[in-house]
Amino acid sequence: MKKILILAMLTVLVLSGSPATAQGAQPKAGDRLFDFTLPVPPESADRDYLGLSRWGKTFKIADIKANLVLIEILSMYCPFCQKDAPIVNQLYEAIEKDPAARGKIKIIGIGAGNSAYEVEVFRKRYNVPFPIFPDPDYEIHKKCGEVRTPYFIAARLNPDGTQEVTYAHLGSFGDVTAFLGALKKQAGLQ
Amino acid sequence: MRTQALCFAAVVLLALGPQALAQTHSEAYKDNIYVTGELKPVDSILKVKVGDAAPDFTLPSTAGQKVTLSRYRGEKNVVLSFVPAAWTPVCSDQWPGYNIVKDLFDANDAVLLGITVDNIPTLYAWTNQMGRLWFPVLSDFYPHGRVAETYGVLRTDGTSERALFVIDKKGIIRYIDVHDINKRPPLEALVRELKKLR
Repeated sequence: MKKILILAMLTVLVLSGSPATAQGAQPKAGDRLFDFTLPVPPESADRDYLGLSRWGKTFKIADIKANLVLIEILSMYCPFCQKDAPIVNQLYEAIEKDPAARGKIKIIGIGAGNSAYEVEVFRKRYNVPFPIFPDPDYEIHKKCGEVRTPYFIAARLNPDGTQEVTYAHLGSFGDVTAFLGALKKQAGLQ
Repeated sequence: MRTQALCFAAVVLLALGPQALAQTHSEAYKDNIYVTGELKPVDSILKVKVGDAAPDFTLPSTAGQKVTLSRYRGEKNVVLSFVPAAWTPVCSDQWPGYNIVKDLFDANDAVLLGITVDNIPTLYAWTNQMGRLWFPVLSDFYPHGRVAETYGVLRTDGTSERALFVIDKKGIIRYIDVHDINKRPPLEALVRELKKLR
């Protein structure tokens, strides 16, 4: 029986270390951002917004030309993500109209459990101006602790190539102006 | 030996169970979703097939009136969306997605009927969390799961499968997807089937 238990525990260790089951903790301010890769967007407007070259198939958050990236974990199927979509769009517009924030703070969405088709449906339905990336097999969602949606993570891109979580929050971020002020501060723009 | 094998499986499942289940749900439901864990993907045997006439039914809806399938004959294509149970993962995040694509149903001259085996008060409370749904939500509660049973999608625990049936204007079943209960059917597959009805 003891051998069986040891064998079972070894199996758990091996399986839990494999990429298919790798699960991270929910992020919190002060953490280093969990590592993940995204596909380079096919649309040139999205690539230009993120400051990505057209070459290469994938990129990481560190490749985005920005001081700070706000990541929204969402789902096309999530009622609160649908309800909050216009507010997140307002934040995008506020950033683009703010000379200090424009080009320094970027937003991306990650559709947890959503296919490419589904994130495009969400984008078109709510006229979302920033890129949303599919995460059909929940790979990224698992890395951030299977958070409920919408979940917002702000990550500051440090000069040494690391990214530090400066904000992690479940649900609406509240007042757009106040939140933009907080993001600018976290980005070192104030 | 059997005891040892069971012990091995139990330790592995207990340790990996929460990780193996990839599910998300909206903050709209707060902590009110009952986590079911990984379920047997399909637990029933279909009693209809593509090409069959769809069995007719009349069920009560959360809006108060009764809905009869055959009333759409000659007028609309119909999508039946059975989901297993209210207040469970996956189900809670399936219909809200359909709720933002009414235009895709309209473009294919189709209506959607959502069905579960829950009673009306439960369905009323649950669907209220989804916002205002544009499609009828029907209760197959009593006699319990009779419509699900007629179609062959009633599971052995009394819930229904996560199943989609596309029925054309002649009342003929044109597509069936009895999906893995643990996963949400991709929207593009349903839209592709609806486009075939044009």
